[in-house]
Amino acid sequence: MLYREAGQFKTSYAKDQAVFPIIQDRWFIALVLVVAYGVVPLVANEYWLQAVLIPFLIFALAAIGLNLLTGYAGQLSLGTGAFMAVGAYATYKITTVFPEINILVVFVMSGFVAAGVGIVFGLPSLRIKGFYLAVATLAAQFFILWLFNKVGWFYNDNPSGTITAPPRTVFGIMVAGPRATAEVRYFISLTFLVIFALLAKNLVRGRIGRSWMAIRDMDVAAEIIGIRPLQTKLLAFAISSFYCGVAGALYVFAYLGSAETEAFDLLQVSFPVLFMIIIGGLGSILGSILGAAFIILMPIFLTNAPALFNLPMPTDLSKHIEEIILGGLIVFLLIVEPKGFARLWQIAKEKLRRWPFPY
Amino acid sequence: MNTARDIGDVLLKVEDISLSFGGVQALRDVTFEVRAREVLGIIGPNGAGKSSMLNVINGFYHPDEGRITYKGTTRTAMRPHEAARQGIARTFQNIALFKGMSTLDNIMTGRNTMMHRNFLWQALYLGPARTEELEHRGAVERIIDFLEIEAIRKTPVGRLPYGLQKRVELGRALAAEPELLLLDEPMAGMNLEEKEDMCRFILDVNDEFGTTIALIEHDMAVVMDICDRVVVLDYGRKIADGSPDQVRADQGVVDAYLGVSHG
Ligand SMILES: Nc1ncnc2c1ncn2[C@@H]1O[C@H](COP(=O)(O)OP(=O)(O)OP(=O)(O)O)[C@@H](O)[C@H]1O
Ligand SMILES: [Mg+2]
Repeated sequence: MLYREAGQFKTSYAKDQAVFPIIQDRWFIALVLVVAYGVVPLVANEYWLQAVLIPFLIFALAAIGLNLLTGYAGQLSLGTGAFMAVGAYATYKITTVFPEINILVVFVMSGFVAAGVGIVFGLPSLRIKGFYLAVATLAAQFFILWLFNKVGWFYNDNPSGTITAPPRTVFGIMVAGPRATAEVRYFISLTFLVIFALLAKNLVRGRIGRSWMAIRDMDVAAEIIGIRPLQTKLLAFAISSFYCGVAGALYVFAYLGSAETEAFDLLQVSFPVLFMIIIGGLGSILGSILGAAFIILMPIFLTNAPALFNLPMPTDLSKHIEEIILGGLIVFLLIVEPKGFARLWQIAKEKLRRWPFPY
Repeated sequence: MNTARDIGDVLLKVEDISLSFGGVQALRDVTFEVRAREVLGIIGPNGAGKSSMLNVINGFYHPDEGRITYKGTTRTAMRPHEAARQGIARTFQNIALFKGMSTLDNIMTGRNTMMHRNFLWQALYLGPARTEELEHRGAVERIIDFLEIEAIRKTPVGRLPYGLQKRVELGRALAAEPELLLLDEPMAGMNLEEKEDMCRFILDVNDEFGTTIALIEHDMAVVMDICDRVVVLDYGRKIADGSPDQVRADQGVVDAYLGVSHG
């Protein structure tokens, strides 16, 4: 009974409303933060930071963004890659035109640009739902990437057609460009994720989160109790796209270093992020992070695990196994546990609460 | 019958309302009024147009013809969320709760129209947004006490039995502190004890908060017991309107109900 609520009486609504009402949860989060900020940078090598942790943090941020829209507000979107691309291209344009603006501020500004684009592509959600809306967001995905590819202005008419992170410093530390160290880029990605995950958690437990869930669960009833479907859905699109936009900016400036529109492709980005939230848990901030960890780590595990056991495995086979596991897991979770890992985590906590007693 | 309250002026008046769906004429020239602080019963056989009438009142259906005067303002149609903002709340014949959310969150949603802090404040969950949330939480807790559903506060409503879901739905409507409360068969499918509880809640709401109530109910004993006045619909027409005793004695009403089974 290491994990329990007993004896932790909440004496006010304020305490009951806290993000982590149970003390063990607070300790756990504190521990995770200490490890993430203090221990990981000491023990992780360049490969782990660059190939695993940085993309994990960035995709977790994008997954939170999509989860706000799809998991909380119930609006299925396949346009994640496009909204991330908007963030990345906006950052590129802004920082090349105004190199003096702090690049971290530019990331946030680009989030706002993505939010604006998200609102425009969210407009069809007033008329169409579910599958048809997904198709409309798919159109957004193709249109935006086509535009960024076609119009030279977006990549400053660079003959290679790519956008490249220029060197940028913040307080004398190189944070973007070829000479920015993996540690610095890791810290930046981590900090963005921590701050925005907390903000998202706050949003979803208040009025706005409730109106999103109300629209998701029963839009007719939501309207009858005074929730305006238009504003509520568009706000979900805006905030979701903001998150994706910031994630997209980090994706190029803190991870890839340079990119073409292919980097934001449907199969590269939109679908994997959707899988992250399905596996992690629709309607869960924690789930978005767990899902991102799973999708990023599984292929790495599958390529490295056979070597550990001295089993020869050709790469195409491990790729196929990866697809089988992913497909099977998604079907399983969609049917059995739509709340994904986050729900399993909750069940585990409930078990832990009773442990070592069976009841 | 509760006669202690003073029934006031007309709060809502519907005039010559007609509504059709393709070939089906759901309502024909229906006229009646609801007075402040009364409990009005709307009865009639299945398919008489009762639910359609409530849907017209709260703007969910737009009538083909007719006028609706609410608190002195006449209109032909409005959006449901506007009706909500003007103090009209309702429950549904087939429960329309947010299944994935807890009892507490469902009832909190009922107060959405009264919460004004924008998303930036909410994202920070500081200062005004926090104060606002806690203030409304207090109000919702009073409703939870009133409806005696403390124990299911944190339970997702999808997991609750039917009778409790109906109670939570009433709670969500009450959370909006409505002036006019529309209840579509609030006691359908309940056992006797649950019905008695529900009657008590409805009368208490009417009594304590002076809320005007229009309710649809098939159980005649309940209607005769708690309603001040009754409107009878049949095939989309109003066939009677008066005190429960008058309506019960009305030959047209007796005929309309003959041979019709009610659940
Ligand atoms: N959205 C709709 N589309 C088509 N027809 C409808 C619709 N809503 C109601 N109707 C029809 O209008 C008529 C009146 O329906 P309504 O639901 O108002 O009856 P009711 O008096 O509430 O019946 P019940 O006691 O069964 O709830 C019925 O014939 C019904 O089939
Ligand atoms: Mg009905």
